[in-house]
Amino acid sequence: MNPIDLLIATLQLRLGEYLVSVYGSENWVFVVRDVLTVLTISTFCLLIVIFLIWLERKVIARMQDRLGPNRVGGRYGLLQTVADVLKLLTKESLTPAGADKWAYNLAPLLIVMTALLMWAVIPFGPGAMGADLNIGVFYILAVSSVSVVCLLLAGWGSNNKYALLGAFRSVAQLVSYEVPMVLSLLIPIILAGSMATEAIIGAQYIPFLFVIPLSAVIFFISALAETGRTPFDLLEAESEIVAGFHVEYGGMKFGMFFLAEFIGTLLMSALFVTIYWGGYTLPLVNLVLGVFGLPPIDLASLAWGRTLSLPIFFGKVFVIYFVFIWIRATLPRVRIDQMLNLNWKFLVPLSLVLILVVAIVDKALPANTNVWAYSGIMLLANILIAVGAIELLRRRGRQERAAAEAAHDDELADISAEALPAAHH
Amino acid sequence: MTSQQVIFIILAVITLASGLVVVTNRNLFHAALAMMLSFFGVAGFYVLLEAPFLAASQLLVYIGAISILIIFAIMMTRRLMSTDESPFNSQWIAALFGTLLIGGLIIFVIVSVFSPFGDIIIANSAPPSLAVQESTVLLGRSFVDPDQYVIPFEIASVLLLGALVGSIAIARPEKES
Repeated sequence: MNPIDLLIATLQLRLGEYLVSVYGSENWVFVVRDVLTVLTISTFCLLIVIFLIWLERKVIARMQDRLGPNRVGGRYGLLQTVADVLKLLTKESLTPAGADKWAYNLAPLLIVMTALLMWAVIPFGPGAMGADLNIGVFYILAVSSVSVVCLLLAGWGSNNKYALLGAFRSVAQLVSYEVPMVLSLLIPIILAGSMATEAIIGAQYIPFLFVIPLSAVIFFISALAETGRTPFDLLEAESEIVAGFHVEYGGMKFGMFFLAEFIGTLLMSALFVTIYWGGYTLPLVNLVLGVFGLPPIDLASLAWGRTLSLPIFFGKVFVIYFVFIWIRATLPRVRIDQMLNLNWKFLVPLSLVLILVVAIVDKALPANTNVWAYSGIMLLANILIAVGAIELLRRRGRQERAAAEAAHDDELADISAEALPAAHH
Repeated sequence: MTSQQVIFIILAVITLASGLVVVTNRNLFHAALAMMLSFFGVAGFYVLLEAPFLAASQLLVYIGAISILIIFAIMMTRRLMSTDESPFNSQWIAALFGTLLIGGLIIFVIVSVFSPFGDIIIANSAPPSLAVQESTVLLGRSFVDPDQYVIPFEIASVLLLGALVGSIAIARPEKES
């Protein structure tokens, strides 16, 4: 084993391959490789949260015309979150009297575990992923459904009415929005013909964002709701139910919930990039290169391809993450009935129609259709459905407004009818 | 002992021990949690059998949906939380009989399929590694193949749809006329 080769292999993100080439395909080599992969990905996720919290506070502050963190660690407040983490870590670990000890203490652990588990199938570069499961996307959905249990555990275990209300809301919201999320994810799966994340990236000659934009929008809205972020932060609505399911948690136990929320949001951004925006590849750049007759950039064939794909991947992820923050800074919270109506009366039927249309179009077009023609027809179908859905909503909204105005007018007429005789006398 | 066997034993202990907790624990909420752990162990078995699709379905359906439903039912009836009743009531003999019957049936099937002394030996079956790699694809194809399981699959979905519509119809408040 040569330390320079080891360093190069590490920087190329090919440490596993290097270990196999030096020590052969022994069992212990694979164990070491897998343990290193798990450690790297989870440590990365835990540490990036420190940056994410700072980013969120800073961006929201600038959008709301404030300064945000600006004292600890220079004029940009870079070390503010580090100080916050240290504060959380040094706080006393409390368990409220009357709490269900098992449920109360298990919930923060489990929620971080499920948030970390989902990263296993996110490809950071060609071949650089935890596990290339052939059910990749389905695996993420399955693991994310476990996080509902954690919220329920936290809410019930705390023995607090606000916590329990938050838990009820969380179940209503997360279970509901799982449906449009699964349905919208089925569409890229139909197009790619696979549930494996790398295969979906490989199928994106043109990024799916420009082929099936409606599916991407539905996925994004459900991702907002699944992570419990504004405008769907009903689970922890501070102004209604104090802090929802984590009201009784303090110190690092509360920190774990915070951690899981940020890891989950970053994961949803990464999943969006992987499924709709070509992941670590550069489909749009490749298309432009193709116009000039140049060969596409093939990161998989380059020795440094994995390292090069990291800035591409995370550049895209942070663009999407910025949109998450942007929405949080600008939109108010929806009411619970609006949240459920939007899901069951709009998103679910819309995604069902979309699946039907996409599946029929996919089967109706012959297998050797030009990729541009195929994408164009898909895009057209998407736009038509979107326009139709918006038109329906508009009519419905107008009817409701007209009904409300009529009721208001009646009320006014009643009042004036009562008031008028008195005035005449 | 191979590493697979070690993992199998660990999973078996988790599944059976939590199953035991489910039936003996007086605290129904904890019993439901133990049941979730038991389901999780079963998902682990599916992973060991290289059936990742089934494992993920197990997580999604049993832990993500059914367990939550059960916990909700427990929460809605708070007095059920700590009962003083013994978990052994007069039905335990019948339950024991049923369990033994099913256990015997499973052992009979396993012995007859896998043991060289059994009657049925599956001959000419595809080599396991081949079948295993494509298990998700094969499962998907067999669900929509008219020669295989398309009718049971459709009947099951119609049944579920009927249950869905029925539950809505029952829960719907009656209109005052």
